[in-house]
Amino acid sequence: MPVHQSMLVAALTGMVATAALAVVLDFVLWKPLRARRAGFMSLFLASIGLALILRQALLLAAGSQPRSFAVNPYRVFVLGGVRLSEAQVIAIATAAVIIVAVALFLALTTVGRVLRAMADDRALAAIAGIDVGRATLLAWLISGALAGLAGVLAGLVEYSFDPNFGFELLLPVFAAVVLGGIGSAYGALAGGLALGLAQEVSTWSGFAGGVNPVYKPVVAFAVLAVALMIRPQGLFGQARAG
Amino acid sequence: MSILASGGFWAFVGVVAGIYTILALGLQVQFGFAGLLNFGQVAFMAIAAYTMAILVVKEGWSMWLAAALGIAAATVGGLLLGLTSLRLRADYFAIVTIAFSEIVRYVATNDTALTGGTQGTIALGRVGTASQYNGQWSSFESGVEHALGFSSSDATMLVIVWFVALVLLLLTWLGLRTPWGRVLRAIRDDEEAAAALGKNTFAYKLQALALGAALGGIAGLFYAWEFSFFSPDDFQPLLTFFAWMILLLGGLGRVWAVPLGAGIFGIVFAGTRFLNFAPFTWFGSDGRAYLRLIIIGLIIVILVLVRPQGLLGNKREMVLE
Repeated sequence: MPVHQSMLVAALTGMVATAALAVVLDFVLWKPLRARRAGFMSLFLASIGLALILRQALLLAAGSQPRSFAVNPYRVFVLGGVRLSEAQVIAIATAAVIIVAVALFLALTTVGRVLRAMADDRALAAIAGIDVGRATLLAWLISGALAGLAGVLAGLVEYSFDPNFGFELLLPVFAAVVLGGIGSAYGALAGGLALGLAQEVSTWSGFAGGVNPVYKPVVAFAVLAVALMIRPQGLFGQARAG
Repeated sequence: MSILASGGFWAFVGVVAGIYTILALGLQVQFGFAGLLNFGQVAFMAIAAYTMAILVVKEGWSMWLAAALGIAAATVGGLLLGLTSLRLRADYFAIVTIAFSEIVRYVATNDTALTGGTQGTIALGRVGTASQYNGQWSSFESGVEHALGFSSSDATMLVIVWFVALVLLLLTWLGLRTPWGRVLRAIRDDEEAAAALGKNTFAYKLQALALGAALGGIAGLFYAWEFSFFSPDDFQPLLTFFAWMILLLGGLGRVWAVPLGAGIFGIVFAGTRFLNFAPFTWFGSDGRAYLRLIIIGLIIVILVLVRPQGLLGNKREMVLE
């Protein structure tokens, strides 16, 4: 299928582009902020300004009209009673492979251990002889490429997308990360699963009549609010920011 | 270029700057004096504006009473937000505030029976009638216009908005010079030290959040009166980011820096409409709207990078951490 082949190439090109962008942004923005020992407030505000710039630049370059990938939305796979569209099959399979690969990489390889050491204590890692600059670059390359891949997969699953769709994804992502605990990769995974389940179960009519489906995002945040009152640092988070 | 010479246009820029002064003053109380990172300020505008419009159109209330209740509703919104999330770590709190403002906009968009949904306030009344909430405001405005001897409603609105903004700035400035304001700054600088001195830091932060919410509510009322119509789309998170830009431009922890930041914002925002020379002419009007927001994003990033205390801020008192 030539269409799928060219899409694979395009997706890889997209990942290379986002990885390169992540590295460039580290040099012009995050590195100077780190050098100033800027706290999270600066980082938060700078990233909000940056998001504004990137989104508007995308609008300027690509226009605001919705687009979609050339996948057939009506092709359905049935796997043991579960009906999945072609896009969903691609997204679930890719996500599963990537999650396992990243977990193995962080747990088993030397580079993975270096990255985890740096996340724990940057100064200590530097004293231990780790080239912190190179490891940071690598972290940005990986996260930039993965964010690019996530964008392609989300575009596939949502079927139609425009430059604003990243912002619509932001809130569920925030909710999942906060519920799991900021700084915990497995926490984000567990948080995302828990919130997704809570959203879908809330619309089931056997559950107090079921919530109107348009309020699914509100349900996610209600769950989040209750969970944070019980455990303010998130499910897997540390009590204090390091 | 004829519009540049028009008084009405500049009066409009001034009115917008005045409304944003009130909105950003709320952020200054919350962040500049209490250290609370609130990214959901626009929600309080929406709560007050919708409360006022709904009570006037659906319940037939007097607009002034409805406006007072709108401010009260915004304040209660701030209290509820604070009671549930102020105990969170600061970064979690910042995220929860964005979520809060998006939920408010979400409910306004989807609960059509209450808010008119995406059609906005025009659909608040019965089907087939175009509803209006600001009849009483128009007659008040023309009364003021008559009393001032003005012949333009734009100029009248400018005077009203800035009169209220200056009164609020003065009240805030005075309030922050009281023992209450000093405790607030002590909490911002070292919460544990303030707590060790027996101050109930949670209560102080809650009060600052609610006060900022009330100011956001007042900004929302003026927004509603100035534009005579609004819909959920008017309360995008972008407005909160504009207010943050104003705060950063003016200076952190400085009450009188807020109108300076708002003035610059008004000129940048309105002035960039006149970039009708190359290379800007390469883009259509859509493209120039995107460029304007790119410039605003750039200003935020550059200020964080090179002048984290803002133009008038005092580096020794407060720098963005």
